[in-house]
This record gives sequence, structure tokens and C-alpha cells, in this order.
Amino acid sequence: MLSYLGKRLLFMAPMLIGITIICFAVMHLAPGSPTDLQTQMNPRASAEAKERLRALYDLDKPLPQQYWLWVKKLAVLDLGRSFSPDRRPVSDKILERLPITITLNVLSLLLIVAIAIPIGVLAAVHQDAWFDRATSVFVFIGFAMPTFWLALLLMILFGIHLGWLPISGIRSLNAEYMRPAAAFWDLVRHLILPVLLSAFGGLAGLSRYMRANMLEVIRQDYIMTARAKGLSERTVIYRHALRNALLPVITILGLSIPGLIGGSVIFETIFAIPGMGQLFYMSVMARDYPVVMGILFIGAVLTLLGNLIADVSYALADPRIRVS
Amino acid sequence: MRSDFWRRFLENRMAVAGSVVVLALFVVSLFAPWLAPYDPSAIDLEKVLMPPSGDHWLGTDPLGRDVLSRMIWGARISLKVGFVATGIAILIGAVLGAVAGYYGGWTDAVIMRFVDIMLCFPAFFLILAVIAILEPSIWNIMLIIGVTGWMGITRLVRADFISLKERDFVLAARVIGASDLRIIFVHILPNAMASVLVTATLGVAGAILTESALSFLGIGVQPPTPSWGNILTAGKDNIDIAWWLSLYPGLAILVTVLGYNLLGEGLRDALDPRLR
Repeated sequence: MLSYLGKRLLFMAPMLIGITIICFAVMHLAPGSPTDLQTQMNPRASAEAKERLRALYDLDKPLPQQYWLWVKKLAVLDLGRSFSPDRRPVSDKILERLPITITLNVLSLLLIVAIAIPIGVLAAVHQDAWFDRATSVFVFIGFAMPTFWLALLLMILFGIHLGWLPISGIRSLNAEYMRPAAAFWDLVRHLILPVLLSAFGGLAGLSRYMRANMLEVIRQDYIMTARAKGLSERTVIYRHALRNALLPVITILGLSIPGLIGGSVIFETIFAIPGMGQLFYMSVMARDYPVVMGILFIGAVLTLLGNLIADVSYALADPRIRVS
Repeated sequence: MRSDFWRRFLENRMAVAGSVVVLALFVVSLFAPWLAPYDPSAIDLEKVLMPPSGDHWLGTDPLGRDVLSRMIWGARISLKVGFVATGIAILIGAVLGAVAGYYGGWTDAVIMRFVDIMLCFPAFFLILAVIAILEPSIWNIMLIIGVTGWMGITRLVRADFISLKERDFVLAARVIGASDLRIIFVHILPNAMASVLVTATLGVAGAILTESALSFLGIGVQPPTPSWGNILTAGKDNIDIAWWLSLYPGLAILVTVLGYNLLGEGLRDALDPRLR
């Protein structure tokens, strides 16, 4: 197991270097210099001041040297300072918002697993029955659904017409004065719609995958054996088949991480949730390049870590992976 | 073979329904100037935020513009973005996948690691980061969606090339002295187009979804150019008073994407029944 982990970590190093190169390349797509934005608004900025600003961001040096300086800072999580008036370090701005985004994504992931797996299993066990057909309709609609639109409709229905759920932020204005239990309930009410919606996108994919997987497992010889020795259908399906069909789900969950993180931009913006996605959106609008590049990098690293965790858990669960 | 394909395709009701939706959208886009009851950018401040009625079937927006007319013109934008973005993705994906699969070895390793690295980035993050740098115009949107969406096609074309390059017709082409370029593009690539066609159809759906999400966030197609996504932005701004602005454009996106997805799946089943 340790050697597998070592190999996997070693494989991550070139990926990480690749990620930094792409981030760096994106940053230098900009026509002109990223600091122009700060100086062009200010007619009093002299040529000398512009040069100083360029030097501050190392933009006066040759590209390979700029890359090297940038990576050296990156290694100690120094992502530079924001262009916004507060001039705060980018890493501080991201780190204070990261927990909300990760919490939301983990909750969505749990919800996806809790809903999609039973749906997929039931659809496979009752192949071509009404439930299976209803599932496939749901899957097709799920794949085609613009989730930001669904968010709007649910906001209109639950937030405005019925008035059941809040549609903005993660806590009410008076949450500070609530008792802990009430404050917690307030938080839950704020999170219901965003978590539900961000899970929605992954539901279709995973339930379809789970169904296909289960159908394949049911055809295997060992299931025939289990049935032949007279085990109940229940034991065959839920003990013998399900376990084997569940394994590859780990990988699929790992692969769904970039989608979830990407989606957080949309949901955090719609629901005004102060997470990394909202910060990303605001920074894109304000052309705050250091923050944009910082989040781009962190997003890719989170994906890489998610895939690592998925691969390692798969290897823990299935010894065959470790050997090959 | 060909008639087999059509028989299987036409027997699939879902696929036929998908094709009807896609065809209808082509017609609407093509005849937008004649189909739209009003000028999509005609501002009428006396008719601001009117609910659906006999005059304005789908109501009006905050500037008094007819929503139905804007949606009909918006269909053009979706179609354009969907096809151009997917075209760019296919171009990049097919060339890289062909080169990787045909040459193998180091070339293959480098290209495929590049694919792996690109897939590490949440697609939406990469798109947004590039938009922060370039101006959000319709052409940049198409370019960005295409340039960040070619990785799946590369993997697909590469896999096809790896199996196809061992076939006798490739050997025959080599024997008569065809160049590598000719073998790749004239002999092998056409045989790999079936799976590309399926992925491309699904890709158009994905590009339309992405464009509408970007336009909804205000960083895609910029007003006054109408797009389904930016009508929804007005819907969100008037969420408590004008439900029609939120309902109809989203429905159009849903039906369109559903149409392309059904068409794509139908093509896949008809091209290769074993994949079902």
C-alpha cells in the first residue's frame, strides 16, 4: 500500500508543474501588462510609477525568470496581493472563504451518493419496469437541465411564493442574536437550496452509472453461483452484487469534483454565499488578476487532491489495484 | 450498412424527437427576422415588464422589449456558439488525438499528460479566468469554450487511432508510399469520425449550456445582443415581479439541450448497437 501511495504521489509532481505552467500561461495571455488596469485609470501615473508597479509584480523580467520567481512564491503559498483597494494577500482572501465552499461541496457529494446510488440500484434490479423508465427520463432531464435556471425557479417557488426558504446568503441578519440551536437551523435553511441544486447536476450522471454498473455485476458468474446455492434474492443483490458495483463509484466521485467546484461559482453567485466561487466571480468582474490566478491554481490543486483521495480509497477498498 | 443505420435511427423514437427539436431550432434561427413578431431591440418604455398577453405572448422585459422576439433571435446565438465552439474543440481534439494515437511513444505521452493536466482544471474556472483577461464578446466566448473543451475528443480519437493503425488498409496505404499526413487525415481519420460525430453532438449541447450560464452571469454574450442566458439575468433581477422572464428562456435551453442529447445518444446507438 505504501509503495502504491508513493507511486501515486510521484505521479502528482509533474501534474503540479503542468498546472503551474498553464496558470502562468493564462496569466500572460493578457494583451499588454496586467498592471495596465491599475494605471490606465489614473492619468497622474507617470511612466516611472508604471515601471515601479511592473517591477513590483516582477513583470520587467524575462518570462522564464518570472515563472521561476512566481513558482518559488507559490511553493510557500504566497500568491501575491490582491489588486482590489484592500491590497490583502490573495492566500488570506482565498483561505477565509475556502471552508464554506468545501463544506457545500462535501454536503452535495454526500447528497449525491445518498440519492443516486439507491436510484441506480433499484433501476437496475427492476430493469425496464416503470421505476427504471422514470429514472431514465429523470436522467435525461438532469443532463439537459441548466441548473442556474432551476435555481431561479426554486427561488421563485420556495423563496418568494411560499416564503419557506431564504434565497440569499448563509445566515439571517439577526443570526447573531439567536440561540445556538436556532442559529444552526437558520444556517441549515439557508443551505438547503444551494446544496440541493449543486447536487442535482451530479445526480443524473451517478445514478445512470450506478445502474449500468449494477447490471454488469448481476451478469457475473459469482452472482449466478450465489443464486445457485439458494441465497435469497435480497442477499444476492445487497450483499454480493452491490458491494462489487459500489467500488468504481469511488472513481466517479473523484472525477465529479472539478464539476462541483466549477459549479460553486454559479451557485455562490446566485445565492450570495461568501465562498471561494463568489470571490472568483467578483474577481473576474473586477479583473483582480492575482486573485483569479490564485483561485484557478487552488481549484486545480483541489481537483488533483480529490483524485488522489479517490484513487487511494479505491486501492484501500480493492487490493487488486495495489498490485497491478 | 447505411440503410441499417437509418432503420435503427428512425426506430428510436427519442432520437427522432431530438432531431425534430434540432431541426426546428435551425428553422427558427434561419427565419428569425420573419418569425419574430417585434424588433428584438425595440425599447418601449410604456410597456415595461408586461406579463404574457395577446400582444406579447411571452411578456416584455425591463426595457419593454418583446421576450418572444428576443428568444427567437437568441436561438441564433445559441446555435452559433454551439457549433463554432464545438468546431474548434473538434479541430484541436482530432488533430492532437490523431497525432498521439498514430505516433505513440513520447509524442503520445506528452499529449496525453497535457490532457490529464487540462482536466485538472474545473472547466468553468478555466473559462472564467480567460474571460477575466479577454473581453467577454460572443467570439471570445466561442473560442474559450472550444479551447477548454477538446480533451474528451482527443482521448476518443486517440483510442480509435491506436486500433485502426494496425489494420491492413493502413499497411496498404503505407506500401504504396502514402505520407504520414496523408495516412492520418485521408485514410484513418474518416474511419474515426463516427465516434467524433456523437461526441460533437453532445458537445454542442454542453457548449449551449455553458454559454447560457456565462451570459446569465453577465460574462457571456453582452446585451443588447439577445441570448437566452442574458434574458434570464433580467429574470433574476426582477425575480419577485416577473416570473415569465425566468421561466421561458430556461425552458428553451432545457428543450434545446435535451434535443441535442437525444440526437447524440440516438446517433451512438444507431452507429454502434453494441454500445447500448
